[in-house]
Amino acid sequence: MAIPELAKGFRMVLRHVFRRKETVAYPEVRRQPFPRFKGRHVLDRHPDGLEKCIGCELCAGVCPADAIYVVGAANTPEHRFSPGERYAQIYQINYLRCIFCGLCVEACPTEALLMSTEYEISGDSRASLIYTKDQLIVDAPIRRHWPTRKELPPDFNITGGGLSFTEVERPPVPIPLPTEGVSGPFEGGWSGERDTASAFSDRGPRRED
Amino acid sequence: MTWAFVVIAIAKTIAAFVLLLGVTILLVWFERKVIADMQARIGPNRWGPFGLLQTLADGIKLFFKEGLRPRPADPWTFAIAPVAAMVPSLLAFAVVPFGHEVTIAGHRIFWTLTDLNIGILYFLAMGSLGVYGIVLAGWASGSKYPLLGGVRSSAQMISYEIALGLSIVPVIIASGSLSTVSIVAQQGGSIANVNAFNGIPVLETIAHWFRFLPNWYIWSQWPAFILFMIAGVAETNRAPFDLPEAESELIAGYHTEYSGIRFALFFLGEYVHMVVISAIGVTLWFGGWHGPVFWHGWGDWLWPFVWFMVKVTIFLYTFVWLRATLPRLRYDRLMWLGWKRLLPAALTWIVVTAVVNTPDIPRYYRFGVFGILFLMVIAWIGRGDPRLREAVVPQRHLGPRPITTSRGLDS
Repeated sequence: MAIPELAKGFRMVLRHVFRRKETVAYPEVRRQPFPRFKGRHVLDRHPDGLEKCIGCELCAGVCPADAIYVVGAANTPEHRFSPGERYAQIYQINYLRCIFCGLCVEACPTEALLMSTEYEISGDSRASLIYTKDQLIVDAPIRRHWPTRKELPPDFNITGGGLSFTEVERPPVPIPLPTEGVSGPFEGGWSGERDTASAFSDRGPRRED
Repeated sequence: MTWAFVVIAIAKTIAAFVLLLGVTILLVWFERKVIADMQARIGPNRWGPFGLLQTLADGIKLFFKEGLRPRPADPWTFAIAPVAAMVPSLLAFAVVPFGHEVTIAGHRIFWTLTDLNIGILYFLAMGSLGVYGIVLAGWASGSKYPLLGGVRSSAQMISYEIALGLSIVPVIIASGSLSTVSIVAQQGGSIANVNAFNGIPVLETIAHWFRFLPNWYIWSQWPAFILFMIAGVAETNRAPFDLPEAESELIAGYHTEYSGIRFALFFLGEYVHMVVISAIGVTLWFGGWHGPVFWHGWGDWLWPFVWFMVKVTIFLYTFVWLRATLPRLRYDRLMWLGWKRLLPAALTWIVVTAVVNTPDIPRYYRFGVFGILFLMVIAWIGRGDPRLREAVVPQRHLGPRPITTSRGLDS
């Protein structure tokens, strides 16, 4: 009969009682994500404080979930936000739609858009989960723990670095966010999330262009 | 005097009821915690220390939830079925001696609700009544899955009721009593006191060596206990015999359409049943409230209760352990096990016990018969399922994989 097999199974189950628990008591205990965990986005700055984002909308174009809305505008000598010709006048990421695939980060030509390891994204309204530019942009340039656009050596210790990047210690350069010429924070054409009336509409933020 | 008896009876009833429900409520938490341990999880930890109040929170939630009733359901039967499922489980606890005795103001109070002289039969009768609740629930829901669950449940519980009853018979033969209280009383003392071994030097010596063992029926009646345990798990409709409520096959079986407090009654009934089966197992095979042999004791009114509860807890742990380990049986395998294995094994064991316990037959014959039949039972149970043996296809040794030859993949 299957007595030895049964005993094996029962012993195996009982052994798990004395094993380390795989789960953690979440709100009290939090696991450190891996350095390249794809969490919520940040918009980086140059060391001189200018925004890296040039408002090219490549991230919005590549986004498979239509979660990014960008409206670019031209820099003027009086109001210079980024080194190039243009900057992002409106930059919104809709975390109700974002699938955290990271394609936007790959598409970004200036490495302005990066993903942090922050994963606790929740809100009590749909609007609060549309992150606007002032929430996404960092005050000071972020420091990477490994060089970008470079092959890593095979023995590179990816897990040892803690967070994937931290902000540098120097004081942030106070650069005002664009206010004039920018309409309200939810002018992004989000179909469902702006108000509950059209909450379940299927219309995406695609613009006719 | 009569007033005192009435008061004592009422007090004992309330105490037993509170004890049973308290143990049941703790059991729900206990099961979730233990099964979490066995799955390397933490389990409930939000309410109270170690999540102890989780069951209470669940209970309050169920109380305040809407009790839905499907339109095709039969209203009266639908309402009565949960009660019919739970009450017999509660009633069965009446014959369980959960402690010895206590003297309060000159009254000797035994820690059992009633000492019926047909206590075991009463327990079996209550177990059979529990089927009604489930079958009626399945039928009254007016829905397909509950009906299937109810039909499955009736077939399963009737099949295993027979094995359960027959597995208890050997103990009744050995003890010569149907009263749970006297069965427990017979299991006191050490194994060395068994007079069956008197006059046989070898067995006397062996019994003397093992004098630290208590004189419980598990030593002589363990095959019956194994049968009881298997049938008992099937009786409570728990994994691996949870076919009536198989989530993945029947959604939830007979209580698919139930919600709110009615569902809570089913849920509670199942756990009460678990506690009762454990308590009966402890009573019949593990000496009831008797403690270890060396325990001569002080405070002999509380300790028996403690020993009883410790044993019941170990039983309940085993129930959870079974659930965590074994996958659900296929339906035909369930019937195969019940009718073609447990039933003949129980009958054979009854014959063995009956022969061994007949004083008219000379003792050496009895032990001889015992030995031969015992070996036969073992061999027969161990025979396994011939169909399974045929199903095993001998595997050719193909060497390390992937197997590639000049002709490509070896076939």
